[in-house]
Amino acid sequence: MNWEIVIGLEIHAQLSTKSKLFSGAAVGFGAEPNTQTALVDLGMPGSLPVLNKEALRMAVMFGHAVNAEIGMKSVFARKNYFYPDLPKGYQTSQMDDPIVGVGHLDITLEDGTVKRVGITRAHLEEDAGKSLHEDFHGMTGIDLNRSSTPLLEIVSEPDIRSAKEAVAYVKMIHSIVTYLGICDGNMAEGSMRCDVNISLRPKGQQEYGTRTEIKNVNSFRFIEKAIHTEVERQADILEDGGRIIQETRLYDPEKDETRSMRSKEDANDYRYFPCPDLLPVILTQEYVDAIRATLPELPAQKAQRFMSEYKLSEYDANVLSSSRDMANYFEVVTQAAKNPKLSANWVMGELSKLLNQNQIDIIDAPVSAENLGLLLQRIEDNTINGKTAKDVFQAIWDGEGTADEIIENKGLKQVTDTKAIEEMIQTILDANQAQVDQYRAAEPDKQKKMTGFFVGQVMKASQGKANPSLVNPILIKLLKG
Amino acid sequence: MHSQNITLLAQKLRAKEFSSVELTQHFLDRIKQFDTSINSFITITEEKALTAAKIADTRISNGEKNPLIGIPIAHKDLFCTQNTLTTCASKMLNNFVPPYESTVTQRMLDSGSIMLGKTNMDEFAMGSSNENSFFGSVKNPWNLEAVPGGSSGGSAAAVAAGLIVAATGTDTGGSIRQPASFCGITGLKPTYGRVSRFGMIAFASSLDQAGPMARSAEDCAHILNSIAGFDEKDSTSSEAEKEDYTAHLNQPLTGLKIGLPKEYFGDALDQEVAKVTLDAVKEFEKLGATIVDISLPNLNLSIPSYYVIAPSEASSNLSRFDGVRFGHRCDDPKDLLDMYMRSRSEGFGAEVQKRIMVGTYALSEGYYDAYYLKAQKIRRLIKQDFVDALSQVDVIMGPVAPTTAFKLNSKTQDPVAMYLEDIYTLSVNLAGIPAMSIPAGFIDKMPVGLQIMGNYFAEAKLLNVAHQFQQNTDWHTQTPTLAEGV
Repeated sequence: MNWEIVIGLEIHAQLSTKSKLFSGAAVGFGAEPNTQTALVDLGMPGSLPVLNKEALRMAVMFGHAVNAEIGMKSVFARKNYFYPDLPKGYQTSQMDDPIVGVGHLDITLEDGTVKRVGITRAHLEEDAGKSLHEDFHGMTGIDLNRSSTPLLEIVSEPDIRSAKEAVAYVKMIHSIVTYLGICDGNMAEGSMRCDVNISLRPKGQQEYGTRTEIKNVNSFRFIEKAIHTEVERQADILEDGGRIIQETRLYDPEKDETRSMRSKEDANDYRYFPCPDLLPVILTQEYVDAIRATLPELPAQKAQRFMSEYKLSEYDANVLSSSRDMANYFEVVTQAAKNPKLSANWVMGELSKLLNQNQIDIIDAPVSAENLGLLLQRIEDNTINGKTAKDVFQAIWDGEGTADEIIENKGLKQVTDTKAIEEMIQTILDANQAQVDQYRAAEPDKQKKMTGFFVGQVMKASQGKANPSLVNPILIKLLKG
Repeated sequence: MHSQNITLLAQKLRAKEFSSVELTQHFLDRIKQFDTSINSFITITEEKALTAAKIADTRISNGEKNPLIGIPIAHKDLFCTQNTLTTCASKMLNNFVPPYESTVTQRMLDSGSIMLGKTNMDEFAMGSSNENSFFGSVKNPWNLEAVPGGSSGGSAAAVAAGLIVAATGTDTGGSIRQPASFCGITGLKPTYGRVSRFGMIAFASSLDQAGPMARSAEDCAHILNSIAGFDEKDSTSSEAEKEDYTAHLNQPLTGLKIGLPKEYFGDALDQEVAKVTLDAVKEFEKLGATIVDISLPNLNLSIPSYYVIAPSEASSNLSRFDGVRFGHRCDDPKDLLDMYMRSRSEGFGAEVQKRIMVGTYALSEGYYDAYYLKAQKIRRLIKQDFVDALSQVDVIMGPVAPTTAFKLNSKTQDPVAMYLEDIYTLSVNLAGIPAMSIPAGFIDKMPVGLQIMGNYFAEAKLLNVAHQFQQNTDWHTQTPTLAEGV
């Protein structure tokens, strides 16, 4: 059977507010357990929540970025269930009236086609604490530092049709929230977490199949793998004539399998109702418009500008604009280098390669954008050639100084004196008379191939410093005698 | 000393007739002498009180003017008090010592009043008789075989017995007014949002409101001056400007329009209570008021609406008492579920468990629309009834409860009869308006309260109306013979 994959995503983005969604306690990762907690985060009797206005602003900003309706009246609701790290016995979230309503997002797929994914809603909610099962001798430790940390839950329509699309969508959301500065996007620390809803249906069928939800898939790679694994599992069941059970599953990246967590029958009745401790949030048009005016250039707009302003290819423009830090880095480089294509190649090539190898964020790159720009200037003005530049780049990376210092110290300056090059070539021709004779006797198209040998000898003799664009014409002139 | 009002005590403290330490000691002695039979206190904070009284004496000597400086008071045991046990009269919180102070008690501290202890109440403020306390029922000082009303029964009984000058209470469905009526004292439930709920252990968050319980409207005004006003820690607290609630007490009542809702005088009402109520209204006519017959047509829907909304909110508010972080935890839990179930079954009393179950049911999937949403619609109708009525009249008057204080154990087996106790009070909470109970007479030596309801944030008007009545009657100055005789 030919199955169509139907995917909808719920992304929890942790908002980068200083304090929590409903208290003044600091938000932070890695602090001593239970040191970043106010009364309400501990669920203390008599404690009351007070909404963090910064979180509200960030949510509205996101709404604008995905062309969504903003909830002019949004209501916090309680989602009731018992869990040891849920100190109040309910999570304060939004149900019927979310802060962000229907919107959409365009994603560019690998083949260059653009696909529109619907956003159902995005709502504010508080995170729970953490249960710690190790080091407590058969007991469970509770750390409430994360309790009441603000999350924006972004719910997509079931518009996604493949793992690749899902990853492209999550990457786009990742770009947007980091561009907006409302989330640090750190998936390893859980700042962005993904729940994937997957179902299959025979190609051409209108109604959806029964879906499963895979919880907390926390990297782009795992999203892709988890979807493949789950699609395969569902297809196997369906092709054997079985039925998919609606349930929540966990993805185990080590075994590359999904496991049942709880079925629909076990699911809690969350008994949602409007939180009586918080008044409905009423926004004014002025407030909403003022936030719209603060929106930075978003990834899609930036990619467009890179194409028109720098004449970059669509692919290059999309890669460079996928992260605000990378885009900023690129723009600084190209300002110095005055060659956008060359700058793009270096940022996406040599720089990205070393960053990946060393697992470093571009913002922490040992080679500053200014320094890379200066290095590229030296290629542009023929001080060094591209090959030497790679060595210089590595030296800058290793902390040996700026491009100019390294070129100077190591004597890497390209030889551009034609007389010196002519003398050098003559010496090489004299030392290789046999090859010169062969060349002179050969057919013109054979000759072309044979020049490579002499160029190699010249570059070797000059330790790579001879300017290739000067070497070639002189060499041919002398070879021809 | 123990039958004088705050204004008089404040004058005498400044005239050095006695010190705050002496005054405090006097009330501590009375508590020791009489409270074994009344059981109005859960915790007595003698040492802290005497230390605070010394500081108060200095403040008075320094010429500070606040009339509450040095005045002995008590707080209902659901206001969190830093380093002082706060139990909500529940086994669940039998060991709970809050590391923080509620806004109400903090403001009372700041104004210089002396807390002598924490008063008994119905567990988690759920009840109308103060029989639902882990620490035993409170007795009515007018008749030790009768209930003091609830849930703020301890505060009401302590004030009535002269064990304290004044006390705080909370009112979710009548819990200040009904015990005030049963014990013959003055109690005020302010407009929802007028007094901060921060640090008040929640029963039903959209209905809960703290207020003063004292021997006169004037004393209530002094306390309201201290506790009212916006609090950034409570998102539902009102930013409306607070007034000086003592400023308008002496305004004459000429031209005052009093609405009498016919639904408040139906069959449920004891005929003698009706007579006392109407006699009190006649007193107001003598003071220049005119009477207007009005209707609050949805009154009969207030009980079903209330008993969906309040338990629903309570079922969620009380989820935090799970044995994990504070309060009662069962011994040797087998697993997590066992810990939850036994900690909660052991920690909560029967009435609390009943309401948690009702609320859980009402919020359940498939029932939510039929119960919770419908109850909210009724709530809006009731609110509209009051808004309409209060556009025609200045205040609304009626009984507080259908009867006077009933006998202990007489209604504990009949929850519906118990819930009907609140028929005249809980619509006020659903609407969010302010209301008072003031002593208006006696039936068989048991006090009867008159209820005065007003418009949103009209506390000053209510206190003015009540004060004028008290200037011309002496019901509020009566004290139970028990307290005086023993």
